[in-house]
Amino acid sequence: MYETSYHRADSVADAASKIGDEGKYLAGGMTLLPTMKQRLAAPDTLVDLTHIGDLKGVSVNGKEVRIGAMTTHAEVNGDAALQSACPSLAKLAGGIGDPAVRHRGTIGGSIANHDPAADYPAAMLALNATIHTDSREISADDFFSGMFETALNEGEIVTAISFTAPDKGAYEKFRNPASRYAMAGVFVADHGGDVRVGVSGAYSNGASRNSEMETALSGNLSADALDGVAVDAGDMLSDIHGSSDYRAHLVKVMAKRAVAAM
Amino acid sequence: MGIEGIGARALRKEDKRFITGKGHYTDDHKVAGMHHAAFVRSPHAHAKINGIDKSAAEDMSGVVAVLDGKQLTGDGIGNIICGWMVHSKDGSPMNMGAWSALATEYVRYVGDAAAVVIAESYEEAKAAAEAVVVDYEVLDAVVDAVEALKEGAPQLHPEAAGNLIYDWEIGDEAATDAAFDGAANVVEIDITNNRLVPNPMEPRSAVAEYDDAEDHFTLHTTSQNPHVARLVLSAFYQVAPENKLRVIAPDVGGGFGAKIYIYPEEIVCLWAAKRAGVAAIKWTADRSEAFMTDAHGRDHVTKAKMAFDADNKITGFKVETIANLGAYMSLFSSSVPTYLYATLLSGQYNIPNIHCNVKTVYTNTVPVDAYRGAGRPEATYLVERLMTTAARQLDVDPAELRRTNFVQEFPHQTPVIMAYDAGDFDATLDAAMEAADYKGFAARKAESENNGKLRGIGMSCYIEACGIAPSAAVGSLGAGVGLWESAEVRVNPVGTIEILTGSHSHGQGHETTFAQVVSDRFGLPAENVQIVHGDTDKVQFGMGTYGSRSGAVGISAIVKALDKVEAKAKKIAAHLLEASEGDIEIKDGEVLVKGTDKKLGWHEVCLGAYTAHNLPEGMEPGLKEGAFYDPTNFTFPAGCYICEVEVDPDTGVSTIQQFVAADDFGKIINPMIVEGQVHGGLAQGIGQALMEHAVYDDAGQLLSASYMDYQMPRADDLPDFVVSHHETLCPGNPLGIKGCGEAGAIGSPPAVINAITDAIGHNNLAMPASPHNVWKAIHSA
Ligand SMILES: Cc1cc2nc3c(=O)[nH]c(=O)nc-3n(C[C@H](O)[C@H](O)[C@H](O)COP(=O)(O)OP(=O)(O)OC[C@H]3O[C@@H](n4cnc5c(N)ncnc54)[C@H](O)[C@@H]3O)c2cc1C
Repeated sequence: MYETSYHRADSVADAASKIGDEGKYLAGGMTLLPTMKQRLAAPDTLVDLTHIGDLKGVSVNGKEVRIGAMTTHAEVNGDAALQSACPSLAKLAGGIGDPAVRHRGTIGGSIANHDPAADYPAAMLALNATIHTDSREISADDFFSGMFETALNEGEIVTAISFTAPDKGAYEKFRNPASRYAMAGVFVADHGGDVRVGVSGAYSNGASRNSEMETALSGNLSADALDGVAVDAGDMLSDIHGSSDYRAHLVKVMAKRAVAAM
Repeated sequence: MGIEGIGARALRKEDKRFITGKGHYTDDHKVAGMHHAAFVRSPHAHAKINGIDKSAAEDMSGVVAVLDGKQLTGDGIGNIICGWMVHSKDGSPMNMGAWSALATEYVRYVGDAAAVVIAESYEEAKAAAEAVVVDYEVLDAVVDAVEALKEGAPQLHPEAAGNLIYDWEIGDEAATDAAFDGAANVVEIDITNNRLVPNPMEPRSAVAEYDDAEDHFTLHTTSQNPHVARLVLSAFYQVAPENKLRVIAPDVGGGFGAKIYIYPEEIVCLWAAKRAGVAAIKWTADRSEAFMTDAHGRDHVTKAKMAFDADNKITGFKVETIANLGAYMSLFSSSVPTYLYATLLSGQYNIPNIHCNVKTVYTNTVPVDAYRGAGRPEATYLVERLMTTAARQLDVDPAELRRTNFVQEFPHQTPVIMAYDAGDFDATLDAAMEAADYKGFAARKAESENNGKLRGIGMSCYIEACGIAPSAAVGSLGAGVGLWESAEVRVNPVGTIEILTGSHSHGQGHETTFAQVVSDRFGLPAENVQIVHGDTDKVQFGMGTYGSRSGAVGISAIVKALDKVEAKAKKIAAHLLEASEGDIEIKDGEVLVKGTDKKLGWHEVCLGAYTAHNLPEGMEPGLKEGAFYDPTNFTFPAGCYICEVEVDPDTGVSTIQQFVAADDFGKIINPMIVEGQVHGGLAQGIGQALMEHAVYDDAGQLLSASYMDYQMPRADDLPDFVVSHHETLCPGNPLGIKGCGEAGAIGSPPAVINAITDAIGHNNLAMPASPHNVWKAIHSA
């Protein structure tokens, strides 16, 4: 690891004032710290968001859900109110990584990082979530702009995400056999007959919606409705774990399983 | 037998320190004035070094030296050797390219070290290593062994034209060809044995100390054979004469073969400590370095065919293998695809004619050498996949085809050197089929089908050769060393015992098993027996641990030394008790005169040996004996594994529903430890079958270079193993031990693949059977 200085922020404003040009926010550190240890990242300052109380916690008000950026995957998974308002998201959080990762990793860190294989981004798209930052609100559709890329400006802090719980939702993921991240993770959410489908792990530009599936499922929410949908392999990642054809196939299989589970 | 004697499920004595974090590994070793080494590693698979600019690095804080390969060779440090000479079929010696511990002119794989930085701290060394500027002229690379043999392929070493190291053969080609001419049926197969990364939990590490007053070196290192390391470092690398070099392999966290070899880093740390004038240098691989620089395993491509007569008896077996040895020849690399592979091609079967041709090849990848099983997994995978393929083609039950061809009489001379001494192949096949409820498979398959799943069952009847090895025999085949083992039994005046052994424990539980053998002999609590190993200053010499040799060879040496101790103790007791030597018996910690009530405590006899007040006329005081044991033959563990899988046709995911292992390891000292070895071996073999794959891209970059991309088996990937033992004693050593360390990894891959090919209904499946590969296989049908 390269030398770096550490700052424990006590408020969002404090954090924003300390980040500088070469600094990085430290959330769970599950992605950032290994990258630094491998000397692949060299921020001159780490601004730790862990101790900012405002950024933590799940609040559910009827169908309105808000999750603070620094809420860990384990907290999302275990939140009783969320489990009844939007069980599919709670379940998704419980399937991320391993227990150690779930107790450190955060929803804000996950979406800010936009690993194409991360689970949350698919959910944010399908849930039509809003990403709150220290300066604005961004819709999930506009937020995930490309692999490891987001609409965030330099130094901008994700403070929370919010969404209106769907009538029904389900997430199914096919794990990368080695890393166990998503190789094809499909979140299907039914918003009063209007169905949104978010996909992680498969598309080369990161988390994406699949509009053909959305059209097929809106009005006919059944696994069979997807039979006629062709998933284009041309947009898919290809690596030692799976060709683009295989990923395209898996997206459809996972989508059908998600619909069947709803 | 005492309560902790042979056959007891004694808990492991060493586990308290391991489980409580009190183990002492090489990286735990710290000395005053210790510096740190960081290697400057090639990012290219193949390049010419036009120059190295060290100036920026040399000026950085904490840096005491930046050294390169020209300085190393200039100081007379020898090139890295291969310890086994193999000749091509035309009689010419293998074409071995030069390997310097730091590259001089060329780098030949990603990770090949071009320079080293020595600095006061680890961070300073790492930072300065990044500031060393190597002027690389990038050359074309080749990573695939088949490609490397083709005309026009990039050439790695001037000594090896066409990248060919040797073109070797075994067996009678004309007789084998004739068998095919008269065959009723011929079965063919093309298979690849996937390349693996060993992944011991503890990465490699070295701490080299130099005492300039004594001109003496001490090396702590992660070695499976510290004496061999000292011998090679002295005799070939000219680091220091043996009497000026102490090598210590303390607790070692797994080896699997990868820690047999003497790697560049140990050589460099020793040399650099003296040259840079520092008291000590430490280097510990990080996980990325382990992936890039630990010797990999397997990587064979094979075409084979088997001839059968009208009664389904095998009449001939012909094999052509291309083995990838990587960029340099590692210590035992030449023996793995030849004498440890082709000599096992007879499997458990009576095969009158076998011919095998092996070409080994240089490529721009990390060296390949022995990895748990070393050659025998490759042989078993070939033979056992072929047997199942043949059963399908000949339309007979796979178990029956095997049974028809089993060797039934022992000793049995195969056409490929090995002479099997004992075994009962029907017994292990029967035991496995019974345990797996083979008969009930059809019903289970139907049940799976109802759930939209494909179910398959597969078996593997493996045999392997352990207990390496009779020294004269391996010497005649080209080995540079003898493969005996040594032991010393030191009985203390109070009757407690220290066993000094040349075997090295790095997970095998020797501290428990070896103590049980002593406990059994004298009826002492195992607690009273201490095992000393892994230090060239304590143990005079030894050949180390690999090839499942510590039981069959290491324990046999201990038994020989115990015989001598027992004989002397009996003489002393007979003298003290005024009885005849032949009437003395040692039992339950007491030394008795048979048929009388006359006796002494074991400790009284031991004390008598040391007070020497009343010893037989002319006897030397003391009770300490040593022995060297040189085996008379290999040993032949064998068994039958049956795997049952369920495949999800939608995703290609294979789930192991049950895995049965019925092994014959000869005499078992501690069944719990043996089961642990089988479980670990099965996990590794199933890892190879379903998950593990070291993949380089065409430019020679290792794509599976971390656990994000290299899939290791995890507990939830594995079923509860059903393990049983059938004991036919090995006639060649005093206790009848065969060895159990590698069998699981050797026997399991074909059982898994045979099960999956049974499920998907055809044989065209590549290993590892990853979901993607299985999905492709289903859709290629
Ligand atoms: C072994 C392992 C397995 C994993 N498996 C999975 C998996 O199966 N599925 C999955 O989805 N993920 C997985 N992860 C990723 C993990 O779940 C985390 O979500 C991820 O590492 C990022 O979250 P973090 O809180 O650790 O962020 P950090 O690592 O601390 O930060 C990541 C990046 O986001 C930035 N950042 C963090 N918080 C904010 C913020 N509030 N505003 C702006 N920028 C911010 C940081 O500066 C940094 O660049 C795994 C990780 C590990 C180590």
